[in-house]
Parts: sequence; C-alpha cells; structure tokens
Amino acid sequence: MGEVHVVNGNYSAAEAVKAVDVDVIAAYPITPQTPVVEYLSEFVANGELDAEFIHVESEHSAISAVVGASATGVRVFTATASQGLALMHEVLFIASGMRLPIVMTVANRALSAPINIWCDHSDTMAQRDTSWIQLYCESNQEIYDTVIQAYRIAENEDVLLPVMVCYDGFTLSHTLEPVEFEPEDEIREFVGEFEPIHCKLDPEEPMTLGPVGGPDSYMEFKKMQHEAMKEALKVIPEVNSEFEKRFGRSYGDGLIEPYNVDDADVVIIAMGSVCGTIKHVIDEHRSDVGLIKVKAFRPFPGDDIRRLIEGKDAVVTIDRAHSYGSMPPLWTDVKAHAPDVEVSSTIAGLGGRDIRVEDILEVIEVAEKGEGTDEPVWINVNV
Amino acid sequence: MKYTVGAVIKEPGSTRRNKTGSWRIFRPVLDHEACVHCGRCYMYCPDGCISLDPEKGYVIDYDYCKGCGICAKVCPVDAIEMVLEED
Repeated sequence: MGEVHVVNGNYSAAEAVKAVDVDVIAAYPITPQTPVVEYLSEFVANGELDAEFIHVESEHSAISAVVGASATGVRVFTATASQGLALMHEVLFIASGMRLPIVMTVANRALSAPINIWCDHSDTMAQRDTSWIQLYCESNQEIYDTVIQAYRIAENEDVLLPVMVCYDGFTLSHTLEPVEFEPEDEIREFVGEFEPIHCKLDPEEPMTLGPVGGPDSYMEFKKMQHEAMKEALKVIPEVNSEFEKRFGRSYGDGLIEPYNVDDADVVIIAMGSVCGTIKHVIDEHRSDVGLIKVKAFRPFPGDDIRRLIEGKDAVVTIDRAHSYGSMPPLWTDVKAHAPDVEVSSTIAGLGGRDIRVEDILEVIEVAEKGEGTDEPVWINVNV
Repeated sequence: MKYTVGAVIKEPGSTRRNKTGSWRIFRPVLDHEACVHCGRCYMYCPDGCISLDPEKGYVIDYDYCKGCGICAKVCPVDAIEMVLEED
C-alpha cells in the first residue's frame, strides 16, 4: 500500500521521477512547469535522489543535454511547457530519430501572442509529428502513475521512443489533490534497472550515433519509427495492466478510458483535466452521455475509438488547441479513423479559459444538433 | 547502410566507405616534373588527401579529394592544375 499525500501536479511528476531513480536531469524553468525543476533540484541537493542535475541556459540545451546523456546509456528526465517546448522543437526529432527513451513532462500552456501562461494544448499539439509518444493526464494521481509507466514504455525493446507526459498547466500543475505514492523500492522493481538496448556511447566499444542517412536510407528509418509507434499501441496497454495488477490503479486500457459509453446516446471525446468535469456532468446531469478520454494521442488508438462511436446518435470532440484554417487536431484524428461517423467539433478552454459545466452542456447540445461537422464550434467565446 | 534501430552504426570507421571524391567538379592534377617537393599542398589540404609517397613524390587521394583547389592556389611553382572533371 502506498501513502497518500496532498500535492500539486508538478510535485506528483517530480515524486515519480525520484521513484524511478533517474540518473541525469537537465531542465530549464518555465511557468507552469517551474516547480518540477525546483523540487527535483531539491531532491538531488538533499541526497534523496542520486542524479546529475545539469543546469542549462535554455530548453534547447536542456533537451540536447538529455539526448547526449541518454546516449551514454542512463535514464534521463526533462520537463518544460509552452515556449520552452517550442524552443526544443528541432531537437525533439533528433531524440526520436535516435530512438532514445527520454521521458519529459509538459505542463500544458498556451503559446504567445498574446502572452498567456494558462492552460491549453497548443504546445504539445504543435509537437504532434515529432515521433514522441504523447500521454495526457486527467488528475495528479494519473501524472504520478503515467510518469512511472512512461519509462517502461519508452525503454521497451519494441518501442524505444521518447515519451511526453502532458498535464494541464495550473488546473493540475498547481492544484492540490490527494495522490497515493507507492514505496520507492516497489516502483524501482516495477520499472527495473535501465539497460541500454540499441546504443551506448562507450570508448571501449565505439559506435556512431546520429549519422547521415541520405535518400538511400532516410525513409527506411522513418518507417521504422512508425512501426515502433504501432508497437507502442500494444505495449502501453500491457504496462497499464501490469501496473494495475501491482498497484491497483489503471486508466482504461492505457490508451483510452471510456466512461459510461455503452449506455450513452451521445459520446464526448476529450483529453486532459476537462475529462473530470465531463464525468461530473454525466453523473449529475446527463446519464445518457458517455466520454472517451483519449490518454494516448500518439500513437493514436483510432480503431478503438471508431468501434466505440459507431452507431451512436451523436459524437463530439473537445479540442483545447486548433489548426488554424482547418479543423482541430483531435477531431481530425478521430475522423481519419472513423470517416463514416458524423463527428461534431468544438474548441474550448484556449489560453486557460475555464471549461465549466454549462460549457459541457453546450458541447452536448452542439452534438445533438449535428453542428460543427465541417467547421468547429467555439464554446464560450465572444467574437 | 544497415537499417539499425536509431541508425546506430556499431562498426567504427565505416565513413571511409563513403567516397566523397564524387562531389568534385575540378580535379587537381600534379605535374611531378615541375613539383619542387616543398610540401605546401600537403600542409594546406583541408581534407588530408595529399600524402608523400617515397617513390612517386606527392600523391592526391581522389577517393576523398573534393576539388577545393587550395593546393593549386598555394603551389609556388604552379605545378597543380585544376581540370574540369568532365574533360
């Protein structure tokens, strides 16, 4: 049995990083992620965590440092948000192309301009195509559990891809919730010692990492990354169920978490902390509505979602990001896998605007009226 | 190239198999009669493609020479001529 502590989401992430016993941390502070870096530097300074903490001058350096450290065959961690994640952008492709099992948490935050430090998913959605696994969390407990599972997923021989654990800035990062922390020895046993599989920088056994891959080979390596993502669709549920057996907690099958979907006429598809609000609406106001919480956005469990929404009266997505001039990302992925299902699109909660109960009720109304199928409906917006 | 996970190359020195001399447009041709063996071309070559052969004198490794022309420029007796590859 674990011990329940009342902590914010950033602490939850830091505690998980400590529990899996990472070797190298390089991170640069940015709101709303800053406390993660502060907590971890405290753990290292007071001897609770035996790791190298590399102080860097930017997020570009932070991710570069963990790429280098990971290549030496050790377990690494970094964290960021918003502009910081954008600054990491080019190196994210290098991390995944080199197949390094890096784990990074992102406290989701909007991007400038206008300047905004509050939550939406624009930052991680903009990194959708970097070949990082993306897992989204609904609660602080889920952050702790997901960071631990992320190492098992990233380090799996058939996957070997970096993982981004995403959680809503402020809504989770700075809000206190009871979280059960498991004994560290049990977490370490669950995660296991990190053994480098495909590469390790070692002067005794020299090898080349990050070489040129010209027109004769580049495509092959990229296709292999896609295959690894498809393997992750199998590995994520395995890790989720193993975690459940050991610690008694799970999140659907680890890819999606359906809530009241079987009995529902209307299904909402959403990600992150808003799923808690949607569950409340279902429990208190609309028992005829169901929710599919998308936990894994990359790889995208599109076929599972299609099977659940086929035959429903109405289906609607809530995106906390947009692809300007087209349709928003969650809707687009759902439609790509379920082209024959009518799916309404809504955009809500950009730049930290609260998504309230009445907003969810409006989302349901949009779905029931069949609106938003070719143009997103903006919820609670004044223009 | 082997399709390894992460494009890792475990055999050191394999880059030698990539004959970068194919990038060349102008080829340096050394006139051994005119050469005074000063060694400037050897010292200035940025890619280490010129070496001293005890029999033949200075020789150019066309597998990796990219034809930059520095050797021809620094030769004090104009013993190196840059010749268009097609000719």
